[in-house]
Amino acid sequence: MAGSGEEFIVLDGVEKVFDVRRKTGFMRRERQEVRAVDGISFTVPRGEMVGYIGPNGAGKSTTIKMLTGILTPSGGRLRVAGIEPARERTRLARRIGVVFGQRTTLWWDLPLIDSYRLMHRMYRIPDARFRENLDRCVELLDLGALLDVPVRQLSLGQRMRGDIAAALLHDPDVLYLDEPTIGLDVISKAKVREFLRDLNAEAGTTVLLTTHDLQDIEQLCKRVMVIDHGRLMYDGALAGLHEIGESERTLVVDFERELPEVTVAGARVVRIEGPRQWLAFPASASAAPLVTELASAYPLVDLSVREPDIEAVIAQMYADRATLG
Amino acid sequence: MAESVAESVAVRAGRGVRAYLLIAGAWVRSTMAYRASFALTVFGNFAVTAFDFVAILLMFSHVDVLGGFTLGEIAFLYGTTGTAFGLADLLLGSMDRLGARVRDGTLDTLLVRPAPVLVQVAADRFALRRLGRITQGLLVLGYGLVVVDIAWDPVKVLLVPLMLVCGAAIFGAVFVTGGAFQFVAQDASEVQNAFTYGGNTLLQYPPTVFAKELVRGVTFVLPLAFVNWLPALYILDRENPLGLPSWFAFLPPFVAVACCGLAGLAWRAGLRSYRSTGS
Repeated sequence: MAGSGEEFIVLDGVEKVFDVRRKTGFMRRERQEVRAVDGISFTVPRGEMVGYIGPNGAGKSTTIKMLTGILTPSGGRLRVAGIEPARERTRLARRIGVVFGQRTTLWWDLPLIDSYRLMHRMYRIPDARFRENLDRCVELLDLGALLDVPVRQLSLGQRMRGDIAAALLHDPDVLYLDEPTIGLDVISKAKVREFLRDLNAEAGTTVLLTTHDLQDIEQLCKRVMVIDHGRLMYDGALAGLHEIGESERTLVVDFERELPEVTVAGARVVRIEGPRQWLAFPASASAAPLVTELASAYPLVDLSVREPDIEAVIAQMYADRATLG
Repeated sequence: MAESVAESVAVRAGRGVRAYLLIAGAWVRSTMAYRASFALTVFGNFAVTAFDFVAILLMFSHVDVLGGFTLGEIAFLYGTTGTAFGLADLLLGSMDRLGARVRDGTLDTLLVRPAPVLVQVAADRFALRRLGRITQGLLVLGYGLVVVDIAWDPVKVLLVPLMLVCGAAIFGAVFVTGGAFQFVAQDASEVQNAFTYGGNTLLQYPPTVFAKELVRGVTFVLPLAFVNWLPALYILDRENPLGLPSWFAFLPPFVAVACCGLAGLAWRAGLRSYRSTGS
């Protein structure tokens, strides 16, 4: 049972309830229970790469924090590599790698290489292994020129690559990535994705990835889990997600002046802000006839088409379930 | 937390010390990359604390005694608390940044590393420039020891280093307790500074210049009096202003152990509350 079995990450009815105190008036406070994670169960076999997605506040980060042992669950059973994270935090720490997109796990004021040397000693990584892993990361993540730069002087993309390397020096069995491509430019994103794909294929590292970027999932994960309001809404292939959520694209139109709500066949206005209007239309339909019709009837300045983002797909999915149920 | 029941306290302490040395070492190496700047900040630290004592010297150009204590005796008080506080500040001075770490979420990054959180917070930004304060404390203490005519005996001789170590431990416990409090109130570092830096300033003057209530408070409530006042009164053959028996002078080791124990419990409670609320 020491985590060598099929199921590497196991969650069984895991809950996290926060007590939030809210001011409701002068000297009056109300206690409110917030169920950030509300009975989630899933398993991830060794070597799988899974996307874990959902809107802000859905409970993604809370789940990751419980899986890393930062937070103690309020209920349910949780195991990573056979270890109960909250109870044996430091033992687990040697077996997992964590990358938080929003904050670095590197020492902010120290040169990058100093952080790596610290990791080397702190994780007791054998010298040869450390050398090998570091060389590989430096080469694949293009870190050579950055090693002597203090972390605070790195750009977001550079720092993210530095963070990913730091999370992998001790050969973790699991890698958690919390928004690893947030704020990165296209080239950095591609580099990070390619690296992760190779890592999963070659080292067989189990990867759990939370993201806002559907492309991350499309390019990396065969399996995706959707969480909303602390519950697991979907667990399966990415293709299936698109089918369930009847997704819509958005046409953003700038008119010459402020206009009342425009009317066109096959689309509806979802938002108006000054001379700009947002029109939603089915993702499967073409934007061309819409544009033609708009251009002939109204004074256009500019327009752009937005692809459905993960939030929209999930929101749609949620709405569908509500109407069906 | 109870990482493993079998894991002995000694093993864990050893690991903690090792992790501390690792992190502190990295910071020292990085500051040593700029030797001139390092020398300058050490000197700055020394000079700023030295001004403190200059104020006392100026006072003594107008009076011969303060609260019944001579300049040499006050130098003794000043040197003992200064050195003890300097040691605690060197090792645990970074604790006041815990609240900021809780607020900006960077504490989470410490929780995913295989080292005690307390050690990681304490050793973060380890600053050797704080040696300036210790140096200044030791110099003033040396001056006091030379000037004051003390009736030395072996017990008194041993008591001096003992009070420095115990004093550092008591101040250290205050730093850790203050840190633990910042889990709950993230802006509490100023309150902590009032007790640490404020306590140090208080102990530089003889207890006789303060109101009895205050002296009682720092003896029985927040036991800072055990850092130097109580043992120093014994060494200097002075009456205790509260009329406490002279064996109080030998309590610092016990007080220090008790304070560290309580601080450890407070830290655990704080960390546990953080891990259940995440804020």
